[in-house]
Amino acid sequence: MAQLLYFAWLRERMGRSTEHLPLPPGIDTVGALMSWLHARDPGAFAHPTVIRAAVNQSFATPATPIADTDEIAFFPPVTGG
Amino acid sequence: MATIRVQSAPFDTAAELAALTAGRTDVGGIGCFLGLVRSSAASDPVLALTLEHYPGMTERALEHIAAQAEARWSLQACTLIHRVGRLLPGDPIVLVLTASPHRQAALDATAFLIDWLKTAAPFWKQEELASGTIRWVEARTTDTDAAARWSETQPPIEC
Repeated sequence: MAQLLYFAWLRERMGRSTEHLPLPPGIDTVGALMSWLHARDPGAFAHPTVIRAAVNQSFATPATPIADTDEIAFFPPVTGG
Repeated sequence: MATIRVQSAPFDTAAELAALTAGRTDVGGIGCFLGLVRSSAASDPVLALTLEHYPGMTERALEHIAAQAEARWSLQACTLIHRVGRLLPGDPIVLVLTASPHRQAALDATAFLIDWLKTAAPFWKQEELASGTIRWVEARTTDTDAAARWSETQPPIEC
């Protein structure tokens, strides 16, 4: 089961900071998972092009492969410093 | 090996400077960037700033950025400290220190580190405004541009 994490305004819109999700069949990249989440939670993922991702704590792109054991995080562009 | 910390407590800049050079006499210069929480004279000033981060990934990202600086410049020591949680205007929020035999490496590495820290480490700022509005700070393209310039220029000549 994959562990999904949400941060900042995405966490607020999802109403949770984490969830465990068995990856649905055929969902094997970050981009595919974002599309799936967009369909499930259209409000939270209303602007998918501004949402960034990390897989196992490394920045990822839509093409990054994912597996059922991964930690997958979604968040807005970072604003530290 | 860089000193990297993510913490809610304040940091002591003088103590961090002293720690950077403790027991050594070969350091020629220290580059320092101290970032403060800023309010403004705007009609709706910032009353507080809350920093959220991604525990674990944040430290990894900072270690990766520090390793890049250490590979590019001849640094003898490096410190990156970033605070999280609720901070007030005037509070220190981030500290970058670099030690090198020569000033140019220390100054350039410090600028490189703060530019990349702002764009490649998972922190998010939320502002509380005087009007009661609470809003997430949006990423600025000027920060991305500042980080990108380090990809376009050659490493500076040692002086």
